Amino acid sequence: MVFSNKLVQFVLVALIASIPFFAFANPETANVSVANEAVTDYKAAADHEKEAFNATELINDHIGDSHEFHIADWNGHPITFYLPVILWTNNGLEIFSSEKFHHDNKAEHVVDQNGQKLVRNNEIIFYADKFETLTQDQKDLGAFEFDARPLNFSITKNVFSMFMSAIIMFLLFLVVARSYKKNQLAPKGIAGFLEPLITFVRDDIARPNIGEKKYAQYMPYLLTIFFFIWINNLIGLIPFFPFSSNLTGNIYFTFVLAFITFIVTTLSGNKEYWGHIFNTPGVPVWLAPIMIPVEIIGILTKPFALMIRLFANITAGHIIILSLISLIFIFESVAVSPISGAFVVFMTVLEMLVAALQAYIFTLLSALFIGQAVAEHDHH
Amino acid sequence: MNLTAPESLIFWTTIIFFVFFLLLRKFAWKPILGAVKGREESINNALASAESARREMQNLTADNERILKEARLERDNMLKEAREMKDKMVADSKKEAQVQGERMIAQAKIAIEAEKNAAMAELKSQVSTLSLSIAEKLLKDQLSNKEAQTKLIENMLGDVKLN
Repeated sequence: MVFSNKLVQFVLVALIASIPFFAFANPETANVSVANEAVTDYKAAADHEKEAFNATELINDHIGDSHEFHIADWNGHPITFYLPVILWTNNGLEIFSSEKFHHDNKAEHVVDQNGQKLVRNNEIIFYADKFETLTQDQKDLGAFEFDARPLNFSITKNVFSMFMSAIIMFLLFLVVARSYKKNQLAPKGIAGFLEPLITFVRDDIARPNIGEKKYAQYMPYLLTIFFFIWINNLIGLIPFFPFSSNLTGNIYFTFVLAFITFIVTTLSGNKEYWGHIFNTPGVPVWLAPIMIPVEIIGILTKPFALMIRLFANITAGHIIILSLISLIFIFESVAVSPISGAFVVFMTVLEMLVAALQAYIFTLLSALFIGQAVAEHDHH
Repeated sequence: MNLTAPESLIFWTTIIFFVFFLLLRKFAWKPILGAVKGREESINNALASAESARREMQNLTADNERILKEARLERDNMLKEAREMKDKMVADSKKEAQVQGERMIAQAKIAIEAEKNAAMAELKSQVSTLSLSIAEKLLKDQLSNKEAQTKLIENMLGDVKLN
């Protein structure tokens, strides 16, 4: 799923075309400096390698997953937080640091791990010998070439970020839960901030969509996905280590969440829910060969839409912000930085809204699907 | 976008999400939702009891007012009765006094009459005694000589016509 040059060019052209309309929008240099800092490491890297700046590569690197956490560059040397590589190879489990690959991502550096030769191409680890037999397309999109690579359970940048967010959120809510034990009066501090969100999920998402009788049972799930998605969306917007991962903009992550909603919905389905799918009331029996496949596709498209919506929204936000920053390097001019910086600030604020909105929509639709599955219809 | 091995993120997301979910459900959502619900209930209860207290207060005020009104009415009645009684008593005593007075006057009148009669009777007897003594004295004076005594007897004999 490499984003083509054309797509990035289109985004850039669209943004450049809109600049005359926004050029007078008070560019604040103080805010711009933050964006500029985020960019310096890439500039250093670009200078060091003396290659032409490639916005597509930068953006793809940034929104994709990685075996190591790139923090910054210093005098042309990258400062990196190396994450563990966990492989299930033909010889069993292998765990080693990603430092062994020496930043190589083009299958040039061969790692000898207990007699097994491994190479890394485009953040995918292959067996060195089998990698040679692949075609160029298979090499580039090697994620599903299970014959040529070991199973990879590495703690990647996204997994690391997820661990971190889960721990932070767990401690956060533990503190909130504690504060309720101590304080029987009106909530104070962080509980006072989070309680309206919790009651919002309960009163505006769960209750109206699932119904008064059954909503309580699904509250933990809805609260968990709401806060998990929201916090991870926000973490993705913070542009420095240990944040800046694009976890919620990763389709595998959104797939798992959507799949869980699908499982919950399917397991919650009552007799009437399945009745509507396999024997839709009021539809002649001879239409069943059409209706049943349509209904089954309907079941699957709902979580599919959840998966794509979150992935696309968050990834698009990251692409736009990175494209705006890339403008500075494409024009090779500092003069562009106030304009691009102002846009980055604007987009970041917008993305903060989107972060909350997408968490809300995901939770709302999950509640809606669960609500459909548990609804008791009144037969007239 | 570099799509790394899908199994890595799927595996870890599933594990982390489930563990995270179970931990949060046990240690966060249950106490938090319980506390929120408990507090909501207590607020509702407090509001309801405040409302009932207000109503009770209203009832109490109404009661008080009613009782006050009744008391005032009763007081008025009592005052009226007292006044009536006083008036009646005054009237009664007046009447009685009048009757008594009248009776006393009547008695006095009778007594006066009796005294007067007695006095008159005495006077009469006194007068008769006096006149007798006067007459006696007069007669004594007139009949001191023989001539006069004979003249008188003659007069008297003259008056007496012998049939």
